[in-house]
Amino acid sequence: MKEIVNLPVSKPEEEEYHINMGPQHPSTHGVLRLLVSLQGEIVKNLKPHCGYIHRGIEKMCEKDTYPQIIHLTDRMDYLSSHINNHAVCLLVEKALEIEVPERVQYIRTIMDELTRIQSHQLWWASFGMDLGGLTCFFYGLRDREMILDIWEETTGSRFLQSYNCPGGVMQDIHPNFQKKVHVFLKTFKKKIKDYEKILSGNVIFEQRSKGVGMLTKEDAISYGITGPSGRGSAWSCDIRKTEPYSMYSKVHFNEVLRYECDSYSRYMVRMQEMYESMNIIEQLIDNIPAGDYAARMKAVIKLPAGEYYQRVESARGELGVYVVSDGNKTPYRMKFRTPSFTNLSVLDHLSRDMKIADLVAIGGSLDLVIPDIDR
Amino acid sequence: MNSFFKYFSDIFHGVKSLLIGMSVTGRYFFSPGQIVTQQYPENRKDLQMFERFKGEVILIHDANNQHRCNGCGICENNCPNGSIEIISARVPGEDGKPKRIIDKHIYHLGMCTFCGLCVKNCPSNALGFSQEFEHAVFDRSKLNKVLNKPGSSIIKGVE
Repeated sequence: MKEIVNLPVSKPEEEEYHINMGPQHPSTHGVLRLLVSLQGEIVKNLKPHCGYIHRGIEKMCEKDTYPQIIHLTDRMDYLSSHINNHAVCLLVEKALEIEVPERVQYIRTIMDELTRIQSHQLWWASFGMDLGGLTCFFYGLRDREMILDIWEETTGSRFLQSYNCPGGVMQDIHPNFQKKVHVFLKTFKKKIKDYEKILSGNVIFEQRSKGVGMLTKEDAISYGITGPSGRGSAWSCDIRKTEPYSMYSKVHFNEVLRYECDSYSRYMVRMQEMYESMNIIEQLIDNIPAGDYAARMKAVIKLPAGEYYQRVESARGELGVYVVSDGNKTPYRMKFRTPSFTNLSVLDHLSRDMKIADLVAIGGSLDLVIPDIDR
Repeated sequence: MNSFFKYFSDIFHGVKSLLIGMSVTGRYFFSPGQIVTQQYPENRKDLQMFERFKGEVILIHDANNQHRCNGCGICENNCPNGSIEIISARVPGEDGKPKRIIDKHIYHLGMCTFCGLCVKNCPSNALGFSQEFEHAVFDRSKLNKVLNKPGSSIIKGVE
């Protein structure tokens, strides 16, 4: 009689299987594919596959002149486009040792903080939607509309403005700018109370985000998680405080830190940051000094040969711009250290041994922007 | 006893938090005027865009079908992605020397990223932005536009 061979058969509940989350998944907010290994509904391993929206921006920068590079940086992290522009402009001004007029610094700082608010509004909207609150999405987009209108009037575009240019800004602010910002601040201070009523204290939201995705301070530092995600783990990493640029050394604001280290604390950091951004704008908006809106620059901008690095605090972390110049009007090499790419690396660590539904909450709380990952 | 009490207090706080949220949504439900931003296709007739709105690049013509472009090509050089092509021609000027005029100012709307460098850098302020924003067409070739109108000429004194 033939002997029956006992093969080691694994039980179905112990078997690992793989599913693809994305590239067309609503909660990845773009074309990101996460290859998830699951055991039941427990995430055992996670591999992000990038490159679906890679456009080669760093390579494209090598053929563009410095004023032309600005419009490409808009398209990396499209939700903090002003801040990306600002980083390149600061780098060019640092390399050429140009002092920009004070009016420009005021305008840029206000624009940066408006960018931060609208980015956090959209993040709040989509985070709420990921966790099942569709109302959040509509309310967030509705309030964001006011900032987009302010930008449209001053810069001419709603989303990808290319408003900064080396030496200053493209156009002076619109006469209605200050008035509209005041109206926005007044309105949004009421509206943000609604945000907290709808989502912050909500029992479903709290149970899905509290204790989910624990990131200790040591891990945050070793993975390089900057921005609100890092500050949610009590890591003081705000470039506006550590290396102030533009007006940030002259305004008073608090660096928001939370110590719970979970998704809910990352959420609360962003909510608090919106208050802090409004606080910064309030200090600046009435005191914009008169003067030129751009310093005089040469028609062809050539950086002296050498290496330059500039970091700024974008809406989701530290944005670094690195340029190697050989003295020509185009850079020899340009490299962007984008916050979303680094923050993505921790997703595997955070979601291991969590439920797959928690993966959505963790991904949302890191606030990933996919074109920023791929560039 | 303690866990028993906590069980019911959790239920109570959970229901309370949901009701607080629903009071906000209920308020907007009964006063929809605070929510509606724009009724876009309906308000198309009286929709006014901001004056600086970057719709599409145009060559500004005056009432006599005259423009200010002398075909210097600075906009073409400044464009980061080759959206502008200038085909210039040489005609004899009034003093007998050959003079450069534009034959065609071609603008590829499909490639344009609306960075505004061409308008900003034009030395004779010949270019501008229109408020047109409904760019959808059925054929890609319709996005390649010739900006100088037929029969147009340069304003005298702009060189």
